[in-house]
Amino acid sequence: MTGLEAFVLTVITASTPFLLAAIGELVVERSGVLNLGVEGMMVMGAVCGFGAAHLTGSPWLGVLAAILAGAAMALLFGFLTQILITNQVATGLSITLLGLGLSGLIGSNLVGLPGEKMQPLNVFGLNEMPILGTLVFGQDPLVYISILLTLGVAYFLYRTRAGLIVRAVGQSHQSAHSLGYKVIAVRLSCIVFGGCCAGLAGAYLSLSYTPQWIENMTAGRGWIALALVVFSTWMPGRLAIGAYLFGTVWILGLYAQAWGIGIPSQFLSSLPYLATIVALILISTNRRLSVVNTPASLGQGFVPDR
Amino acid sequence: MSAKIILEKRHNASPMMRYLSPLLAIGLTVIAGGLIFLAMGQPPLKALYLYFIDPLTSIWSLQELVVKASPLILIGCGLAVAFRANIWNIGAEGQLLIGALFGSSIPILFGDWQSPLALVCMLLLGALGGALFGAIPALLKNRFRVNEILTSLMLVYVAQLLLDWMVRGPWRDPHGYNFPKSVSFEGWHQLPIIIGNGRVHMGIILVILAVVILYWMMTKTIKGFEIRVIGGAPRAGAFAGFSQTRMVWFCLLLSGALAGLAGIIEVAGPVGQLQPSISPNYGFTAIIVAFLGRLNSIGVMMAGLLLAVSYLGGEGVQIELGISDKTTHVFQGMLLFFILMCDTLIYYRLRLLSSMPKLTQGGSLP
Repeated sequence: MTGLEAFVLTVITASTPFLLAAIGELVVERSGVLNLGVEGMMVMGAVCGFGAAHLTGSPWLGVLAAILAGAAMALLFGFLTQILITNQVATGLSITLLGLGLSGLIGSNLVGLPGEKMQPLNVFGLNEMPILGTLVFGQDPLVYISILLTLGVAYFLYRTRAGLIVRAVGQSHQSAHSLGYKVIAVRLSCIVFGGCCAGLAGAYLSLSYTPQWIENMTAGRGWIALALVVFSTWMPGRLAIGAYLFGTVWILGLYAQAWGIGIPSQFLSSLPYLATIVALILISTNRRLSVVNTPASLGQGFVPDR
Repeated sequence: MSAKIILEKRHNASPMMRYLSPLLAIGLTVIAGGLIFLAMGQPPLKALYLYFIDPLTSIWSLQELVVKASPLILIGCGLAVAFRANIWNIGAEGQLLIGALFGSSIPILFGDWQSPLALVCMLLLGALGGALFGAIPALLKNRFRVNEILTSLMLVYVAQLLLDWMVRGPWRDPHGYNFPKSVSFEGWHQLPIIIGNGRVHMGIILVILAVVILYWMMTKTIKGFEIRVIGGAPRAGAFAGFSQTRMVWFCLLLSGALAGLAGIIEVAGPVGQLQPSISPNYGFTAIIVAFLGRLNSIGVMMAGLLLAVSYLGGEGVQIELGISDKTTHVFQGMLLFFILMCDTLIYYRLRLLSSMPKLTQGGSLP
């Protein structure tokens, strides 16, 4: 395996959790809901996924548990913001704080235990093919799932009637309601989908990226995923590009430490966070991109007339 | 005929529920906490007693309560002002750390300067550092319209890494056996203790001062009025000529300065030196304090004391029952969750509806 190939492989593994968490949040925001609980749902996915895989010995049961954990946290968020019409920013924060706390408690007995690593696939047995073999055909199943999910979401949003309804609800919940669409039900479904994706992203961290449980192992990735959605201007294609850019930045920091260039490791570790800020500045200065695509009712609660 | 419960909008927000809701939330947190203890195979009542009541039963722990509540109240009352104006500074933890770094420059770089003035300079530098760090999201919001939530949060990670580098690198104590710690702060580089040989330090005076001044500002000055108008009705604020840009600066600088002050108070008080971790997430817990205290500085003071109990209680159950002290963050998260839930009752009332026969059965338009 060449050095470049190894580099690209690590970039893919670092980008996948961003892509998984962000594609879910993209759908949530397209329906007009801002869920700041991504970090909390993701870390709950990581701990439940790891725990379930450790107990059962099956990484796939771990994945299932992670998805359920993400969905459960998302349901809490959805119940508060959609049924009780609470402030979305504050509720999202509470989901993140609750998720970080609960995962620490659940995981306090899991620290240091050996994990179940998800085995890479060998699609069509082409893993051994020279040059692109491992890169294209020898990835982890969740990597393929993340790419299929992105394609699926793009198709759903732009090519299906249900996707059109989701976008309509996000643009103007009043109009969508007047047309007879069930705004709250649409939003709740999107929120739960987002939770499943965030849980899956967490599972990828604790079952594949580093198959173990470390407290707060998401390390702000959920927040970066939120920034990615803004950066993508709510477009799935750009989101995938953004996720891979951020994965590259994340890995560059690690590589630079290994190369031993004379920059303290802490500065390199802060690169992804600084890059997030820079990315947000770049996209926000481009008014055309950022205003046109922003779901018009993003973050506003909807109270139907009774 | 089936019945269902619906939310019905009140004509006016209920002032009673505004104050009842935090109590309801605390009750729900205690019940949910008991269930969690039960699920962990612990005696729930005993654990709850150790968690919530035991910290209030000894002089030592009461002092510790005040010490832990101080940074929470200081940060919380700054955040309360910002949240009132709908400005979401969630990076107080980072501003706290940078304040601690700025203030510590005096004992670390000018260790021989022993005078009360040195302490004053430390406190001022702490506030300055926090304000400067809070100025970054303010600048980005005003200049580039970047949402302050994400930028202020990202800067927390940057601040943590910067502090980590400083105490392992340039500011490490040369005689500290390579531990990642700065020199210990001595003499006038520490906040004087005000009660005997206990733990309560001068910082508490600053905390009370901040609470009183902010309460006065919010209720008696035009600035407070401006904040409430911009937060409650931004368009009305714009017509009244209040500047949203200036408000962003004001709120982020103020909440940043108070978080920075809390940071230097922590290192010049209970911690006593710089080290990689100087705050058990005070900056994030203060968000809960602000909401529980109804975004009002007197309320924040009471809420800060309550959240301080959650830290002591977490340590208490860890020592007595061997439960992970992570319960602290679970209780804190649940509390915020339940407050937001109960706050719905301020604007809505629950109503039992028995389903009526539909009037327009089959009468849809062609």
